[in-house]
Amino acid sequence: MELEYAIDTKTMIDVANLNLSFGNKKVLHDINIGIEEKMVTALIGPSGCGKSTLLRTFNRMHDLNSTVHIEGSVIIDGMNIFNKSIFVNELRKKVGMVFQKPNPFPKSIYDNVAYGLKINGFPKNEISERVEDALIRSFIFEEVKDKLHEPASSLSGGQQQRLCIARTIAIKPEIILMDEPCSALDPISTHKIEELILSLKDQYTIVIVTHNMQQALRVSDYTAFMYLGKLIEFNETNEIFNNAQEELTRNYINGHFG
Amino acid sequence: MKKSFRQEPFIPYFILLCCTSIVCIFLLIILFHIFSKAIPVLSWEFITSQPHEGMTKGGIFPAIIGTVMLTIITTLVATPLGVASAVYLNEYATENKLNAMIRVAIRNLAGIPSIIYGLFGLALFVQTLHLGTSLMAAGLTLGLLSLPYIVTTTEEALKTVPNSMREGALALGATKFETIRDIVLPASTSGIATGVVLSLSRAAGETAPILFTGAAFYVQGIPGNITQEFMALPYHLYMLSTQHQSIETVRPLAYGTAAVLIIVVFVLNLLAIVIRNKYRNNLK
Repeated sequence: MELEYAIDTKTMIDVANLNLSFGNKKVLHDINIGIEEKMVTALIGPSGCGKSTLLRTFNRMHDLNSTVHIEGSVIIDGMNIFNKSIFVNELRKKVGMVFQKPNPFPKSIYDNVAYGLKINGFPKNEISERVEDALIRSFIFEEVKDKLHEPASSLSGGQQQRLCIARTIAIKPEIILMDEPCSALDPISTHKIEELILSLKDQYTIVIVTHNMQQALRVSDYTAFMYLGKLIEFNETNEIFNNAQEELTRNYINGHFG
Repeated sequence: MKKSFRQEPFIPYFILLCCTSIVCIFLLIILFHIFSKAIPVLSWEFITSQPHEGMTKGGIFPAIIGTVMLTIITTLVATPLGVASAVYLNEYATENKLNAMIRVAIRNLAGIPSIIYGLFGLALFVQTLHLGTSLMAAGLTLGLLSLPYIVTTTEEALKTVPNSMREGALALGATKFETIRDIVLPASTSGIATGVVLSLSRAAGETAPILFTGAAFYVQGIPGNITQEFMALPYHLYMLSTQHQSIETVRPLAYGTAAVLIIVVFVLNLLAIVIRNKYRNNLK
């Protein structure tokens, strides 16, 4: 497929000939995609199409699975992330992740955000300032400022997810991966997270997996449509939704399957 | 209209209730029998004084202290080893044949009769390692006995920590070790502590493993260090009820010892419940 990139943007994640299988089951087929810096890129497609699997290769979350086999390259900041000389925790510091279900640690609200700062060696005297800053940027500070030392589990699901975003941006990653971050949330919480995503894109490159096509339309600049482990079409979101080149994409967008 | 619904039958409910009642009744009979005969001898003096006149008079203070010291040594031996093994098996080990075999071995260790641990402790700690019959040898033997339980219960506790929590920490750039130390272990403390205390309460009541490895019928005073022999409640009870020259005379003391042993184990179990509730409220 032909893609026209705006001249002043830079490719942040460059995926080339990526194949991935779990045991004998091939999940990703020859994926090639370039994710633009400081843009929101949505990965859409029916369940089982491999969009979450692709997302989780970007911070090497598949390392936990011993049956996984990966070929091809994912280049972030000029380095192939599968290179043996890359320390995976350094990569993950640069490529943060927000999960499908809010997963705050069983710690206080403050400690949830401070944890990443502590392990990544931020100076002690900056931690409380950075925690506050991250909470403000995640639109949750006003709701939690009086109970920073209460357990994070006392928050609602939507608040927990914003806390998880605060935890992620506190360590200043370059890329934020979001794996269906709103699928466990009610519409009002979803709306807040979407506003948050739009406010974060001036500083971060965001890749979001979503089942919700309206969400992709609302928050993303680029959209990739995947089907059965293949990248079918990738373009600016408006083009994908109004002028898709592939019939599969049009059928999915129009709700004929998926 | 015809009667079409089926009523909740009474018979199955009744049979299940009877079975449960039988279990409880036996438990109550045991407790009633022991405590009714123990109450006449149970006194402050009984638990704080030395036995004298060939065990026919006096208290069981050295046996209580001996059991407490023994349990402490067992804890120090078994807890770090057991928790570390469980962390390895649950967090680091991959699914391969070697690790599957290790798991089977640990499950089987839990099924070995305690007398065999006793004889093994005699052969290894007392004789081969020249620890002699001592608190140390007995503590090590009881530690071995407790290990498989601690490993198994700790593994279960670690499994209750959802994977999403581990992923959350790893995604922030935490190493596997940091994830375990800062997230997984704190989140499973209550389960681990409960399992540890329960296996210790079981160890505290064991007789066979300490029979040849360090327990003594009578020791003057309490052991000053871990190389000495000691008195212990279960062994004391065994001697008083089967080996004493005048069994009839010391029978009330035997009941008193049994009651104190039950109370010690009960207090440990209570502690396990308290720990579980405390951390459950804190963390979830």
